[in-house]
Amino acid sequence: MEPIIIVSLLGVTALLSEMFGFKKVLLPLLILGMAAALCFNQSHWGVNTSYYHDMLLVNNYSVAFSSLLIVVAGIWLVFSGPYFTEIAFRADRAAIIMFSLTGALVMISFSNLVMLFLGIEILSISMYILAGSNKKDPASNEAALKYLLMGAFATAFLLFGITLVYGVTGTFSLAGIADHVMSGRQQLPALMHTGILLMMVGMAFKVAAVPFHFWAPDVYEGAPNEVTSFMMTIVKTAAMGAFFRLFSTCFAAAGGTWPLILSVISALTILTGNIIALYQQNVKRMLAYSSIAHAGYLLMAVVAMNQHSAGALLFYLAAYAAATLPAFAVLSALAANGEGTGTEAFRGLAKRNPLYAFAMAVSLLSLAGIPPAAGFFAKYYLFVAAFQSHYIWLAITGVAGSLAGVYYYFRIITAMYISRGSRDETPIHASLPVRVMLLIVIAATVILGIFPGLLADYF
Amino acid sequence: MITTLLIFFPLLAGAVLLAMRRGKAAFGLSLAAAAGELVLSLYALSGFRSNAERQFEVNVSWIKSMGISFHAGMDGISLLLVLLTTFLSVIIIMTSYRRTFNKPALFYALIMFMEGGLVGVFTAADGFLFYVFWELALIPVYFICLMWGGEGRERITLKFFIYTLAGSLLLLLGLLYLYLKTPVPHSFDITALYEVPLTSSEQVWIFWAMFIAFAIKMPVFPFHTWQPDTYTAAPAQGTMLLSGIMLKMGVYGLIRWLIPVVPAGIQEWGYTALLLSVTGIVYASAIAIVQRDFKRLIAYSSIAHVGLISAGVFSLNLQGLQGAVVQMLSHGVNVVGLFFVADILLLRTGTNDISGMGGIRNRAPWFATVFMIILLGAVALPLTNGFVGEFLLLGAIYQRHAWMTAAAGLSVILGAVYMLNSYQKIMLGENNTKAAGFRDLDLHEKIIFIPVVAMVIGMGVYPAPILRIAEPALKAILVHAGLA
Repeated sequence: MEPIIIVSLLGVTALLSEMFGFKKVLLPLLILGMAAALCFNQSHWGVNTSYYHDMLLVNNYSVAFSSLLIVVAGIWLVFSGPYFTEIAFRADRAAIIMFSLTGALVMISFSNLVMLFLGIEILSISMYILAGSNKKDPASNEAALKYLLMGAFATAFLLFGITLVYGVTGTFSLAGIADHVMSGRQQLPALMHTGILLMMVGMAFKVAAVPFHFWAPDVYEGAPNEVTSFMMTIVKTAAMGAFFRLFSTCFAAAGGTWPLILSVISALTILTGNIIALYQQNVKRMLAYSSIAHAGYLLMAVVAMNQHSAGALLFYLAAYAAATLPAFAVLSALAANGEGTGTEAFRGLAKRNPLYAFAMAVSLLSLAGIPPAAGFFAKYYLFVAAFQSHYIWLAITGVAGSLAGVYYYFRIITAMYISRGSRDETPIHASLPVRVMLLIVIAATVILGIFPGLLADYF
Repeated sequence: MITTLLIFFPLLAGAVLLAMRRGKAAFGLSLAAAAGELVLSLYALSGFRSNAERQFEVNVSWIKSMGISFHAGMDGISLLLVLLTTFLSVIIIMTSYRRTFNKPALFYALIMFMEGGLVGVFTAADGFLFYVFWELALIPVYFICLMWGGEGRERITLKFFIYTLAGSLLLLLGLLYLYLKTPVPHSFDITALYEVPLTSSEQVWIFWAMFIAFAIKMPVFPFHTWQPDTYTAAPAQGTMLLSGIMLKMGVYGLIRWLIPVVPAGIQEWGYTALLLSVTGIVYASAIAIVQRDFKRLIAYSSIAHVGLISAGVFSLNLQGLQGAVVQMLSHGVNVVGLFFVADILLLRTGTNDISGMGGIRNRAPWFATVFMIILLGAVALPLTNGFVGEFLLLGAIYQRHAWMTAAAGLSVILGAVYMLNSYQKIMLGENNTKAAGFRDLDLHEKIIFIPVVAMVIGMGVYPAPILRIAEPALKAILVHAGLA
């Protein structure tokens, strides 16, 4: 509970910094505040506490995911210096970021469908604004509008599903719904299954799963680089965390067709994302499609739904964030240098800034799932989970997808390490905090890749 | 303890090299490290007891919840391949003497990483550990080919990587399936994986998953299409690593994992695998004859040779496995020697085109002699190392399928044709303008060739120690698979 309060207060603080003129120290202040939130959060480990008449339930699952969210947001802040350089927007942007993080924290601690909905809305409305925060860029505006329209559409599905489930069970509380499902498993009405499917569609929209992914490439590409990075890490983590929490507590026992449908969605998402990514020349758009593919992998955890799923999900999200954040830090640095985000911008990067190239290479290896990077174990855990729940065909699809992934990820690595034909040999400068943070995150990727038990056995 | 050292010492040396700012001392440092590793492996040899047990074992839990442990050790087969790796690593590093590279520190660091990965593959006694090292050995050589390779390397190395990774992923699926079939708590340990009860249809699936993975690595026809391009485009040292050591990973995988884990699958499909191997021998030999590029010619000859090794393995008798082990060592030594010859030719004449050369023998008697000896080893003349292996292999295949020996035996004849033909065109004949300024071997090149030549002759004259070291372990594998 404290982390949610602290982070929302940090948002208010950011707004106040405009009035009281301490914008210069705002970012360090936010990071300090988040460190405090992290400490408070960890103190809840091992204890289940519910708040406000069971609206929120803090348990190990929510503690683990909250910690991941806060850490990722902190790293994101360090990498996203350029996003806050414009002093006029600094306070607003920082405040909205903090509010969206609040929404994310609510989304993974909910124990009532109303709180789920509130969390999603707090997060989403913040993200609609952030997507359009590059006001003079038409692509950014387009992204915001698309995101808003499709987001509203998805929310409608979710609400409709919640309504139907409420109609059957008479409660919004997860525990109540779970009780109802357990006791009446044999004679659950069709309305209930419809409700579950509608909620699944709503959540699938949020995580950009095929065939509900059409908004994602344009939004990811149009939004400012830092915001895209935020969406791919924080928003994805929150959405997947909520998705899993909802289905594992309430609907796992309900049976019906949702596991089958979701497994097909997962496979389609993996294949579509990976195959379309093959054809992208723009690295940002490529990462957008690859992000869709990764959503497909993450859904495997929900499909498999066994004792390893939660750990696998947490590990995958952490590994994915640890790879995406550096990749976008490098991408933003190149874009800020006026070189765009095409593959050409990466050509010969190893000569211009070896650290950037190395960080990007490790990140891409991790995204491709090559040992000893963390991304390998991330996929591995999911494959094991899928195998154990007898979704062998899904695991094989995942393997095939990751083979395609190698092609487009390695194309960038190749470009970075081959200097021939590079237009420009001038070095690119990276600031000290960014350099240090890059090294830390790379180290984390490698260490998690060698000792995955550190995180995956968290539960 | 010594196994752990053998695995991590090169990795550590690689990390040190990676941290070096300037590359001047990189050659010396990596050579010293590789020599140290060779001494370590010889020390292991001196302490090796000639029985079937896995010795110098280390077994510590790595990822407990997943039943993965750091379990490594060496029986006779592993030891021989580790010796091959450490010996060839020294040779390969030495061949780079006075060659100029961009970023030499990185180059040598990658070679050391590769050596660590290879030793890991050959000593791992845990399925998962084996897989991780299998991948780990791939990444350095990918970067070596990518950063220091020749024409068309972007496309070629990508194809190479995706091809081999496809195989690796099949291997992973196979291992994963086995793992989940082990009794709870699941384990990746080799003893557990060997004991997994499988139905015959499961055996067939796993047989194909693993066989394709190993076949791509070796490569066996029809999974070989990445190989000639990659060998040609890679820098000389990369090609030597790939052909001299890395392809042995595939053969080793057949012997260590495929035969004991899915014996019934092999009974059912081993004949097909044998047929593919033999087809590859004839096919690759025929193509080698018409090659004009010497490096490419060796690449195709390598496919033919490894086809014979794989055919020997799939004859499923002791003689075949013995022959495979001996021939792995011989082929490793010979092919590295040949690629070094090709590298010297390229350096001095500026081309690897066979028809563009000629008359070198008159100018370079040392070079001519050394080249001839290695070549005779490659065409399996009696008293060279190639003869021992091929003789055993052909005999083994004969025991299994008599008529196939005829086809496999073609490899010896065709091998003599393309090898001697290339020697004739390169070394003999009229003095060619390109040969005009050809220097004979200088001191450091002689120093490199002496151990290679010594191995070619030594292993040919007295192969008994190799057979003795390998035999108990090979027997144990056959007994386990119910084949002996």
